Amino acid sequence: MKLTGSQIVLECLKAEGVDVMFGLPGGAILPFYQTLPEYPEIRHILVRHEQGAAMAADGYARSTGKVGVCIATSGPGATNLVTGIMTAHMDSVPIVAITGQVPRAMIGKDAFQESDVTGITLPITKHNYLVMDTRELPMVIKKAFHIARTGRPGPVLVDIPKDVQQEEVEFEGYPEEADLRTYSPVAEVDPAEVKKAARMIDQAKRPIIIAGRGVNISRAHGLLQELAEKAQIPVITTLLGIGSFPGRHLLSVGMPGMHGVAWATLAIDEADLLIGIGMRFDDRVTGDPNLFAHRAKKIHIDIDETEISKNVKVDLALVSDVNKVLGALNPLVKHNTHPEWVECIDRWRREHPSLAFRETEDLLPQFILKHLNEETQGDAIVVTGVGQHQMWAAQHFCFEKPNRFITSGGSGTMGYEVPASMGAQVGNPDTTVWAICGDGGFQMTMPEVLTMVENNIPVKLVIMNNGTHGMVRQWQELFYNKSYVATLFQTPDFVKLAEAFGCKGLRITEKDQVVPAFHQAMKHDGPVILDFVVRAVENVYPFIPPGGSRASMEEDPNVSVAMG
Amino acid sequence: MAVPRQILVALVEDKPGVLNRVAGLFRRRGFNIASLAVGHSETPNMSRMTIVVEGDEGVRQQAARQLRKLIGVMEVRDITDDAIVARELTLIKVKALPDNRSDIISIVEIFRGDIVDVEPDSMVIQATGDENKIEALHKMLKPFGVLEIMRTGQVAMVRGSAESTKNLSQVRPKFKDIGGV
Repeated sequence: MKLTGSQIVLECLKAEGVDVMFGLPGGAILPFYQTLPEYPEIRHILVRHEQGAAMAADGYARSTGKVGVCIATSGPGATNLVTGIMTAHMDSVPIVAITGQVPRAMIGKDAFQESDVTGITLPITKHNYLVMDTRELPMVIKKAFHIARTGRPGPVLVDIPKDVQQEEVEFEGYPEEADLRTYSPVAEVDPAEVKKAARMIDQAKRPIIIAGRGVNISRAHGLLQELAEKAQIPVITTLLGIGSFPGRHLLSVGMPGMHGVAWATLAIDEADLLIGIGMRFDDRVTGDPNLFAHRAKKIHIDIDETEISKNVKVDLALVSDVNKVLGALNPLVKHNTHPEWVECIDRWRREHPSLAFRETEDLLPQFILKHLNEETQGDAIVVTGVGQHQMWAAQHFCFEKPNRFITSGGSGTMGYEVPASMGAQVGNPDTTVWAICGDGGFQMTMPEVLTMVENNIPVKLVIMNNGTHGMVRQWQELFYNKSYVATLFQTPDFVKLAEAFGCKGLRITEKDQVVPAFHQAMKHDGPVILDFVVRAVENVYPFIPPGGSRASMEEDPNVSVAMG
Repeated sequence: MAVPRQILVALVEDKPGVLNRVAGLFRRRGFNIASLAVGHSETPNMSRMTIVVEGDEGVRQQAARQLRKLIGVMEVRDITDDAIVARELTLIKVKALPDNRSDIISIVEIFRGDIVDVEPDSMVIQATGDENKIEALHKMLKPFGVLEIMRTGQVAMVRGSAESTKNLSQVRPKFKDIGGV
């Protein structure tokens, strides 16, 4: 059967089970777009800016576990995807980006809207392809999805010249298997190493687990809980590991690192065995890597061999999928208890006010998030931007299930929350999706609210309106002598803006309006913007300055333990 | 103290972009490449690279692992500590006038090099050997006036029929994909 390149790509996407794509057309991708009406089973959502397409695909992928798909034209269309692709790459999110390219004969001639997109995205994709032979399209699409979702997931970009999209070639169906002889996504577990790990765990007096995004990706939360309960090991969850262990579990410790709870920092510092599972010893977790868990032997479980001893030197590495490792490890670990150690962490919890905040007349973001957590009971999907509100959300939300807390960790991409929440809502139409937005980040990507309105994607957007880039301002206050350069700004009237977009908007200035506003938002059938006018100057605590350690941890000077 | 050097040998797919991926990886991870030589291997459509990397033990481990992770790279061996044969080829254009030509020729003979071009006022010398020999030849020719030096960078191979002790792809074999997320 002879088909055009565009038809072939769409046949392959259909065979791959793609039900939605986020994109924006342009000259070099037009043959693909003009073929879309032949494939009504694939929904296309027209975004307002291509970065929205990449981040929506990312939010869709993180919340569903499926590969997200985004489409852009050549040149500026493709480069607008870049921040979204980088965001997905840093947090191991499976997305496939399809970009139009100028016709083959014009490549390298600086043609109109030409850019070397495979070159530009080389360091921020897991892999990428420029398709110069139309007959290779089916295999390239197969490989792209296979690479994106297997092993340590990540973004894959496929750049397709316009004339490849138009050319008719014989299509023999979507390949069954990706022909990839130089790709080995998952290693087998080494039984001898697993045995050693089990012995280290059995002998530990003060063991601690740090679970990261790898556990969420592999949906290995059941096995993690089994290990923690069997050997009675307290579990710390990183920013991207939130939900990988039940937040209300007796062994749940909370978030570590720069804005982590004090008892997590102390537990890491005092532990004699640290088991990192699907996490990568990011500097925001470790602070000074030489002082991080300096009393502990370290076991690192990760699917990616390059993460072993990259940031923190470890004593034992188990390189494979976490399901395979824990599947082999859990039966070998002895039933054990560490009552003194668990009580010790609980005592630190009682002694430190990390999650406390003071009573104020005006609205504090922590107050709002604490109440939203109580209202949503861990059942909603919560997507955040980057900055103070993100850290407060990570501290105050509690999840019993994996992949409900969606946030840009590694890349810290402001504005992520608006398109990513849109993607999460599209992938989870029956779940309430809350976007926790900073007023700075929201202004970066707010046109996508219009995409939500147009497609009736009912995200509930909470804006923390403080008129500043809060986290940067906090650093200026603490490290730059309160010199607030370029962090204070004018915010628009978000309620009027909501109305202009054709969605519901509410402004909340009083504490007693907070919960009713949540109820109103949930009752409303479409997207809602809740503009919370919050105190402008408020800092996130605990705080360990970059490169610091337990010794440099600061708690909120305004609160005491009694308030907690 | 001299920066330690590691010799990595990689078998890679002979496809556009693979060299770019390797070079890009070393650049963005901040690994210094002392030399990189690449050419066809005994396997059709596969090329073999010899990469000499400068850096400590951490760099050595990271460079090999990061390289191995690249799609397009079939196999990586760290042969630094093996019994190896390592050679490079150099072309040296040196000033040579009738009165000192024979001096140059005798030096070239000691190094078992070849004169591959002679002009009235210059000669091109070709020599192969390990790094020390090439450096020594350059040193000996310097007083005559070296006009241009070309070096291929090292190519290296383990001696004998034994496989390298650090064939990383044997430590952790390439497994067929065993399923998704």
